[in-house]
Amino acid sequence: MQLLINGNMTEIPDSIKTIADVKQHFQISNPVVIVEHNGEILEKDSHAVQEIANGDKIEFVQFVGGG
Amino acid sequence: MYERYSRQLLFSGIGENGQALLQNKHVLVVGAGALGTGNAEILVRSGVGNITIVDRDYVEWSNLQRQQLYTEEDAKQQIPKAVSAKERLEAINSDVTVEAHIADITPAEMEHFAQGVDLIMDATDNFEIRMIINDAAQKYSIPWIYGSIVASYGISYTIVPGTTPCLHCLIEGIPIGGLTCDTGGVISPVVQLVVGHQTAEALKILTENWAHLRHELLSFDVWTNERSTVNVEKLKKANCPSCGTEPMYPFLRQNQMKSEVLCGRDTVQIRPAANENRDLNMIGERLSKLGKVHQNAFLLQFKTDHNRMVMFKDGRVLVHGTNDATEAKSLYHKFFG
Repeated sequence: MQLLINGNMTEIPDSIKTIADVKQHFQISNPVVIVEHNGEILEKDSHAVQEIANGDKIEFVQFVGGG
Repeated sequence: MYERYSRQLLFSGIGENGQALLQNKHVLVVGAGALGTGNAEILVRSGVGNITIVDRDYVEWSNLQRQQLYTEEDAKQQIPKAVSAKERLEAINSDVTVEAHIADITPAEMEHFAQGVDLIMDATDNFEIRMIINDAAQKYSIPWIYGSIVASYGISYTIVPGTTPCLHCLIEGIPIGGLTCDTGGVISPVVQLVVGHQTAEALKILTENWAHLRHELLSFDVWTNERSTVNVEKLKKANCPSCGTEPMYPFLRQNQMKSEVLCGRDTVQIRPAANENRDLNMIGERLSKLGKVHQNAFLLQFKTDHNRMVMFKDGRVLVHGTNDATEAKSLYHKFFG
């Protein structure tokens, strides 16, 4: 399956079903990450149930602290 | 006197009206590291009338790669960043009044510094202080601009009380777990880009060009060429404790002795509960019997065979050579009482 992640078309295994799976696949362990899925901002508790499909557009925005 | 601003006056977004507005504005810059020096320099060159800059640290060699106001001499002399920044900023533009404070801002100090300020620039390196800024900004209805960098990644968001979600809406508490303590370093180009985005938004706010604000959470990686802008308006929470209908400003309500591991520095900061000026001469005399003491007008460095500690006049101590808060506390109590 292909996803457009942060502007880059990316191939991922078909076993990945939800946003939480995608986060795990890319090892995004940052607890403070905002996810936009096909133009819609997701509430944090919906990551585990939000299903993805081929061609979806996903933006991950990670909050960092340095300055 | 407007000659120095001629290119800004020609720019239709600012012009003479905008320049006059800038001269009457007061900006608080919290932090004088990479983002702080970059932000402050642009605001000062642009002719913002009053700048207050606050920082808790002193200049070290590892700062010079990206912290644009400092020189080798500052690092050699261990000059506090606030002091050195003020000197350099005043040399750049003597029209601007620059006030500098050496401090690790407590909630009470944050409320004090926020008085009469038109805008707060976030140039800090941790979320604890950002949440304090966020609460004070909401309480006194002051816009502020979040900015942060790690490695080749940068992020910024403009928070306008009453209009946008606040930082508390977006992150729901202080993130823990190494987010600020990065081992991946940071490169200068990403500093300059975040500074560029922060100061562009600042100039819009200060010249009251509200309609041109970006309104989106911006993030990018200059090394992997990723970039994203996300509209986060939907995350504004009516019951947010910081900006909701019944705000409690929870981060303005704490004040106790604190220890904090500093970002990638093998250093722990100890901040006593009471902010009292300490007599560095007296302490230096006492400690000189136990190790090597080096002092300047702002701080005292104390070295033993195993440890290096720096005490500031306001009582804070940086314990170098450890990331263990408990060990740092015990060294603090051993030498500084």
